[in-house]
Amino acid sequence: MPVQAPEARVANFDEVALGFDLDNALVECERCLICPEPACVAGCPVGIDIPGFICKMIDGDHRGAYDIVTEANFLPAICGRVCPQEDQCEGVCPVGDTLKPVAVGRLERWVGDRAIEEGWRKRPYIEPNDFRVGIIGSGPAGMACAADLAKAGCAVTVYEALHAPGGVLRYGIPEFRLPNQVIDEEIGNLIDLGIEIKCNTLVGRLFTIEQMLGEMGYDAVFIGTGAGSPKFMNIPGETLNGVLSANELLTRCNLMVAGRFPDYDTPLHLGRKIAVIGSGNTAMDAMRVSLRLGAEKVHCVYRRTEGESPARVEELHHAQEEGVDFQWLTAPVEILDDGDGNVRAMRCVRMELGEPDESGRRRPVPVEGSEFEFETDMVVYAIGTNANPILGQTSKLKLNKWHYIDTDENLATSMAGVYAGGDIVTGAATVILALGAGRRAARSIKEYLGIRDSDIVYRPERSGHEGALFGIDMAERNFARVHIA
Amino acid sequence: MHRQGPNTETGGGTQPRKWRPGELDAGFPIVGREDFSDTTFRLDIDHPVMAKAARPGQFVIVVMHDHSERIPLTIADFDRDKGTVTLVVQAVGKSTCEMQQLCHPGVALYGMVGPMGLPSHVSGAKKVICIGGGLGVAPIFPQARAFKEGGAYVIGVVGFRNRDLIFWEDKFRQCCDELIICTDDGSAGIKGLVTKGIEQAIEQHSDIDEVIAIGPPIMMKACAETTRPHGIKTVVSLNPIMVDGTGMCGGCRVKIGDRIMFACVDGPDFDGHDVDFDDLMNRLRRFKEEEHLALAHWKENCRRPGQERS
Ligand SMILES: Cc1cc2nc3c(=O)[nH]c(=O)nc-3n(C[C@H](O)[C@H](O)[C@H](O)COP(=O)(O)OP(=O)(O)OC[C@H]3O[C@@H](n4cnc5c(N)ncnc54)[C@H](O)[C@@H]3O)c2cc1C
Ligand SMILES: Cc1cc2nc3c(=O)[nH]c(=O)nc-3n(C[C@H](O)[C@H](O)[C@H](O)COP(=O)(O)OP(=O)(O)OC[C@H]3O[C@@H](n4cnc5c(N)ncnc54)[C@H](O)[C@@H]3O)c2cc1C
Ligand code: SF4
Ligand code: SF4
Ligand code: FES
Repeated sequence: MPVQAPEARVANFDEVALGFDLDNALVECERCLICPEPACVAGCPVGIDIPGFICKMIDGDHRGAYDIVTEANFLPAICGRVCPQEDQCEGVCPVGDTLKPVAVGRLERWVGDRAIEEGWRKRPYIEPNDFRVGIIGSGPAGMACAADLAKAGCAVTVYEALHAPGGVLRYGIPEFRLPNQVIDEEIGNLIDLGIEIKCNTLVGRLFTIEQMLGEMGYDAVFIGTGAGSPKFMNIPGETLNGVLSANELLTRCNLMVAGRFPDYDTPLHLGRKIAVIGSGNTAMDAMRVSLRLGAEKVHCVYRRTEGESPARVEELHHAQEEGVDFQWLTAPVEILDDGDGNVRAMRCVRMELGEPDESGRRRPVPVEGSEFEFETDMVVYAIGTNANPILGQTSKLKLNKWHYIDTDENLATSMAGVYAGGDIVTGAATVILALGAGRRAARSIKEYLGIRDSDIVYRPERSGHEGALFGIDMAERNFARVHIA
Repeated sequence: MHRQGPNTETGGGTQPRKWRPGELDAGFPIVGREDFSDTTFRLDIDHPVMAKAARPGQFVIVVMHDHSERIPLTIADFDRDKGTVTLVVQAVGKSTCEMQQLCHPGVALYGMVGPMGLPSHVSGAKKVICIGGGLGVAPIFPQARAFKEGGAYVIGVVGFRNRDLIFWEDKFRQCCDELIICTDDGSAGIKGLVTKGIEQAIEQHSDIDEVIAIGPPIMMKACAETTRPHGIKTVVSLNPIMVDGTGMCGGCRVKIGDRIMFACVDGPDFDGHDVDFDDLMNRLRRFKEEEHLALAHWKENCRRPGQERS
C-alpha cells in the first residue's frame, strides 16, 4: 500500500498509509483463494465474512461488499486502519505461507472509505420496542453494543465523560493513523441508527448505575469505560516537570489540538529530546506525535527486545523509518532534575533476558554495572494502564483482583441487567476485541430482555445482500421491524 | 462559545460532515452572573441533574468553546430547586480572562462535566475552622454550610487583599458561628494572612476537631504548618493542572506522603499534613511560558473568527 515518504510525513499530521486505489484493491482481491473454510474469518474477532466481501468486490458490487463487512463490523474504515491484522485475519491466511497474506485490513479500509466517500448510509426505520438501554463510554465497546441494540429496536443512550465521543479512537490514536473525519463519519452512522450520544457526562458522579436502573428507567446498562488510568513506575523523579503519561500527551494533542497552540488553548510544552518508556501502540503514537510536533530526538526505552514489542508491526516499522532511536533491553532507574524542578536526564540500566515468567516471555533482568545516563528533557510513560476507579468507587459492582470489572462469559456483571466489556474487563487490548465484546454484551442484553432476532439480523446467508442495510436484511420477512424511511 | 464548526479541522476531505462534536449537546446555558470585583465573578449554570448530584468539595471541568482548554473549577454552590450550579472564577490567565469577557447570561458553555472528584468528607466534627483565601473563598462556602447543617460549630476564616474584594460576607455569616475576615492591608477585619485568623481561633478554642483550608497552595501550606504543632487534622483541596478530570491522563498527580495520587479521582481533598506542597507548586509552573504566550496572544486578537456570534 502506498505510504507517505518518511521524510515528508514526520512534518505533517496527514495519514501515513494512503490506502489502496481501486486497481490495487482489485489486484489484492484476486490474490484471495476464497477458501471454503476461511481461516481469516476465524482469525477475526468479529468474524467478518472476508471471502464473501472479497467476492463482491471482484463482482464490482462495492456496496454489497460494504453491507457484508458492516454486518459484523460497523467501523470498517477504523478497524481496517488500526487492527493488528498480522495477529488476526492476515496472520492465519494461507497465502501468507509463501507470499504476503491477503491485505484484508487494507481491503476493509478501502470498503469503509468508499462508503464515506459515497455517503452510503440511509436512515433505516427501526420499529422501537419498549426497552431503554444506557451505555457508559463511547469507545468501540460501547458503540458496538449501542449499534446492535439500536438495530434491535431499543432506545439507546450513550454517555461519554469527555466532550467528544470515540474513546481511545478520539483521544489516543493520532490523526496520521486515524483521521478524525473517519471517526466522525463512522460515529455518524450510529447516530443515524437513532442512538443518542450524550457527552460531558461522567457516570458514577453525575448519576450512578443504580440510578440508571432505578429512577432513570433503563432496562439494562452496558459499561465500556476502557482501562484508561496510566501507570507510572515509582522511580525517583517522576513528578518533575516534563514527566507525563502518553495518555496525557496524546489527549493534549489529539482531543485538545495542542499542536496548534495558541490558536487552540491547550499547551503541551514539548521537549527537545524525548524519552518514551514502553514499546506498545501507545508508545509508538507518543513518539511519532512528538516527532511531528518538532522534537529533535526521540528515544524509545524498552526493557525487552524488538521481538517482544507489543506494537503493531506496521507502526513499529513506521516509527523506525521516521527516526526513532530504539533502546531495547533498557530500563529506567531514575529521572534526574535540572535543579529547577524540570527533567534534565534519565539514568537507565541495560537488561538481559533471563528465565521465562508466567506470561511465557523471558523475564528481563538488569545487567550489573551497566547503568548509564542520557540527556532528555521530557519523559513519557507508555507502560500500560490500570482500571479506572470511578465506577468501582460509586457502585456495588464486583471487581476482580486487578480492579477490572468482573464478568461471566456472557459479560454479565455482578449486578442484574448490567453488562460490561472492552478494556474495562480485559485490561488494555485492541479496538476489534473491544468491539467484539460490545457485540457479545448486546447479545446477552437482548437475551436478558427477551428480544429474539439476533441471528437472523446479523448473519443472513451470503446471497441476498442486495437489500441489506447495516447488515439488516430488509427482505427478511420475519424481521418485519425494519423498513426504509 | 457554543457555535457550530468542526472541533478539529482534518487535512483533506471535502465531504460535508453529518455530525460534529458538540452538536449533540445543547450546551450549558449561563443563567446568572455577578461580578465581585474586577477579577472575580460568579456564574450560575443551568444543569439540574448536576445541581442534584453535586456535593461540597467537588468540581467541574469547563470547556468554554471548541478551541478552549478544559479547566477545572470548584462547585461553589448549587441550588437543587432552581437547578443551577454556581462557579466563582478568578481571571488569572487566558482562559479565565476570556470567560470573564464572554460568559454572560444567554450564552452557553460548550462543555461542562462533573461533579468530579470525591465529595468532601463532612465528618462528625463538633468544632471546625473553615478557611478560604483567594480562589478558595467561594469553594469553602458549601463545606462550611455542610458542617453547619451537620450540627458543628463553624468558625469561618476568609482572607482578601482589601475590603473592596470581599464577597459573600452575608452568606458566610449565615452558616458560621464566628467569622474572621482577614485583609492584607487591614482595611477590614484583622490585618494579616488567614494564618493569623487561625491562630486567633485556636487560641480562643482549645477543642477544634478539624480544619479545612482552600486557597492557593502557598496559603494551604501555611495553614497546614500552623495547625501541625497543635495536631489538628487539616484537610486541604488541591488544584493541580488537569486535563480530563476522569483519571485517564495522570496530569493531576500529587505527592501525598510517599504515595502518588491522582487529585481528580483520589481527591481533590487530602490531609494537609501529608501533602508535598513544594512539589505541587513546582508542577503548577509547568506551562508558565505557554500561559504568558496564551494571554498575550489573546489580548492581541481578542476576537477570533466565529466568536462574533456569541
Ligand atoms: C494510544 C493508543 C493507541 C492504540 N492503538 C491501537 C491500535 O492501533 N490498534 C488496536 O486495535 N488497538 C489500539 N489501542 C487499544 C484500543 O484503543 C483499546 O483497546 C480500545 O479503544 C478499547 O475500547 P473500549 O471501548 O473498551 O474503551 P475506550 O476506547 O477506552 O473508551 C472508553 C470511553 O469511556 C469513557 N468513560 C470512562 N469512564 C466513564 C464514565 N464513568 N462515564 C462516562 N464515560 C466514561 C472514556 O472517556 C472513553 O471515551 C490503542 C490504545 C491507545 C491508548
Ligand atoms: C480542583 C480545582 C478546582 C479549582 N477551582 C477554581 C475555582 O473555583 N475558581 C477559579 O477561579 N479557579 C479554580 N481553579 C484553578 C483554575 O482551574 C485555573 O485558574 C485555570 O485553569 C487557569 O486557566 P487560565 O488559562 O485562565 O490561566 P493560566 O494562565 O493558564 O494559568 C494560571 C494558573 O492556573 C493554573 N492552571 C492552568 N491550567 C490549569 C488547568 N488546566 N488545571 C488546573 N490549573 C491550571 C496554572 O498553574 C497557573 O498557575 C481550580 C483548579 C482545580 C484543579
Ligand atoms: S476487523 Fe480486524 S481482524 Fe477483522 S477482518 Fe478487519 S482487520 Fe481483520
Ligand atoms: S483472505 Fe486468506 S484465508 Fe481468507 S479467504 Fe482469502 S485466502 Fe483464504
Ligand atoms: S486530570 Fe487527568 S487524571 Fe486527573
